[in-house]
Amino acid sequence: MFSETIELTGHIIDSLTLPKVLDEILDRGASFEILSIRVGERPTDRSRAEIRVSAGTEDGLAALLRRLSRLGAVPLEARDARLAPCRRPGVFPDGFYSTTNLPTQVRLRGRWLDVRDVEMDCGILVAPAKGTARAVPITDVRKGDLVVCGHDGVKVLPIERSRDREAFGFMASAVSSEKPKAREIRDTARGILEARAAGRRVLVVAGPAVVHVGGAEPLERIIRAGWVDALFAGNGFATHDIERAIYGTALGVDLDRGVQTPDGHDHHMRAINAIRGAGGIRKAVRKGLLVRGVMHACVERGVETVLAGSIRDDGPLPDVVTDTLEAQAAMRRAVRGVGIAVILSSTLHGIATGNLLPAAVKTVCVDINPAVVTKFADRGTFQIIGLVMDAGSFLRELERCLPKRRPRPRR
Amino acid sequence: MPSEEAPATPPLTGPAPGRPDARTAPRFLVCPPDHFRIAYEINPWMDRRRRVDRPLARRQWNRLIRTLRRLGAAIERLDPARGSPDLVFTANAGLVSGRTFVRSNLRHAERRAEEAIAEAWFVSHGYEVVLLPRRLRFEGEGDALSLGRTLFFGYRYRSDIRSAEAVSEIVGMEALPLELVDRRFYHLDTCFRPLGPRSLLYYPGAFDRYALRVIRDRIPDLIPVSEAEACRFICNAIPIGRSIVVPRGLSDATRSALSARGFEPVEIDLSEYLKAGGAAKCLVLRLDGRPGGHDRLRL
Repeated sequence: MFSETIELTGHIIDSLTLPKVLDEILDRGASFEILSIRVGERPTDRSRAEIRVSAGTEDGLAALLRRLSRLGAVPLEARDARLAPCRRPGVFPDGFYSTTNLPTQVRLRGRWLDVRDVEMDCGILVAPAKGTARAVPITDVRKGDLVVCGHDGVKVLPIERSRDREAFGFMASAVSSEKPKAREIRDTARGILEARAAGRRVLVVAGPAVVHVGGAEPLERIIRAGWVDALFAGNGFATHDIERAIYGTALGVDLDRGVQTPDGHDHHMRAINAIRGAGGIRKAVRKGLLVRGVMHACVERGVETVLAGSIRDDGPLPDVVTDTLEAQAAMRRAVRGVGIAVILSSTLHGIATGNLLPAAVKTVCVDINPAVVTKFADRGTFQIIGLVMDAGSFLRELERCLPKRRPRPRR
Repeated sequence: MPSEEAPATPPLTGPAPGRPDARTAPRFLVCPPDHFRIAYEINPWMDRRRRVDRPLARRQWNRLIRTLRRLGAAIERLDPARGSPDLVFTANAGLVSGRTFVRSNLRHAERRAEEAIAEAWFVSHGYEVVLLPRRLRFEGEGDALSLGRTLFFGYRYRSDIRSAEAVSEIVGMEALPLELVDRRFYHLDTCFRPLGPRSLLYYPGAFDRYALRVIRDRIPDLIPVSEAEACRFICNAIPIGRSIVVPRGLSDATRSALSARGFEPVEIDLSEYLKAGGAAKCLVLRLDGRPGGHDRLRL
């Protein structure tokens, strides 16, 4: 489907121009959606309608738009994008265009440019001399940077709903803990294979609960098998994984027997202290202090890891980025080229990652709490599999679905 | 004046003596046909192989002007210009509303030199000249005719539909665009002739079904003409008072219809102008038009 939004203004109702336009669209086998309509009250008032026109072929749409332009319909995106300079660093100009996570284009000197690094809640930074446009977070603009303002010359390309039931479909059905999961876990595995085949990266986001429910082992094996390119987590996940690696417990709970060990409550502090003493996780691995676990696997496999800190953190581990903006920047860099993101039992890091991802990136959200999964869908992450289950069961099943042969490692 | 012209050109200012006072007399801008000829082909009527009989064209024009004056009109003159043969068709110069002149943006390059000439005349005569954005084509009174409180606006072959909106805003009047669908009737004034506030002389075949529906919904009293009459440019007429100056070739039916409404037809032969795709109304531009306001307007 090829679409364009047109605007029709004037005495479009009394002159029958509006019905004429709609009839013309239908007569050519195209379809329309009236996005808005404002009717003038007095005879001298203008009316205005915004109509989204869709046709099956690009040529068909172009021919239809030419005819409609003779009837006064103007494509909304027919003007070049308006640019205004930032007057201060870190401050967008008034009326700046705020991005979505959908594929976006801007019109510059009559030509459409793809906006790179699509991310929601950003501005669009344009370098006219170079002919480039990219999404830029508010913190990153410098004085004088040119940013798109208003909606002229900005086109957002919606992600088409497919007719047949697709693995990574829209969250059409209700999120429920009672749906059978096997198929969706298989689809996740297929999503990982497809991402790799397309030359894209695999991202995992993990919360501490992954360790608590015994998901660290299968995750570790999946990482060692070479399926993961990047990991986002916090101090909590890394600490409990390391605690498990050293003591076999997470927050003092023995993960094999499921019972609180005596004096186990301070295991995590001792784990943190050990890593702080070693000077960091990588050094702890090199020195042989850390010999197993997810973090160990990440170091050995060269997985790009970002540990973002929070005000809840004990320690933290030296590898944790405690400056929020710096952590966001690191995550932003690591998210480039990601084709699939698997988010396991983490609201904070999961949503933060969702904020950075373009809408087209397939996302799998696994959480025991249905509200978290729903929250993801509500934020406009469109290609999503939502699974209400514990991360441990998910990961064990995912491991089974992934092929045994080791893929070539990706950087 | 060129020496070839035999009959004298009547004086071009003021109403003829003995007529109603200048306050209510309609005023028209006209341009003598000194340079009128078929120099190019920009409508289906034009054919450069058909030559204009220039002395005849001059006589026909003079007769039109005399007739208008006799019926009470005041006439003002725009000087002809070499290289602009269609300047005679002053209806396309723009649209007058009070002391505002909305200048045309003519579609064809061949006529574009007329724009500056018309603009200069209006500036020097104290009008406020309003220009539409260049990309909006507008051919003046040729495509914008009012009936009652509504400005009807022809579009497609010459004027753009979006000019209707712009003009509407400027003159403060509802503008209803009507799509023209017969290339022979490429200006609204070739097929649409309001008579008073509620009647219309028109050729239905020139309009699409939406336009016809608007016409039928909005105008209570309709007088359709046949295709043959339309091709004689019957609709390209000038009503003045109780008379209507119309090109030759009125059918009996139309003649009765006009008389029944109190209009006495005055037929004029304008054969040489038909060769250029124009006739009576095309040759004049109303100067005392007040489309946004009151009922005096009989455009």
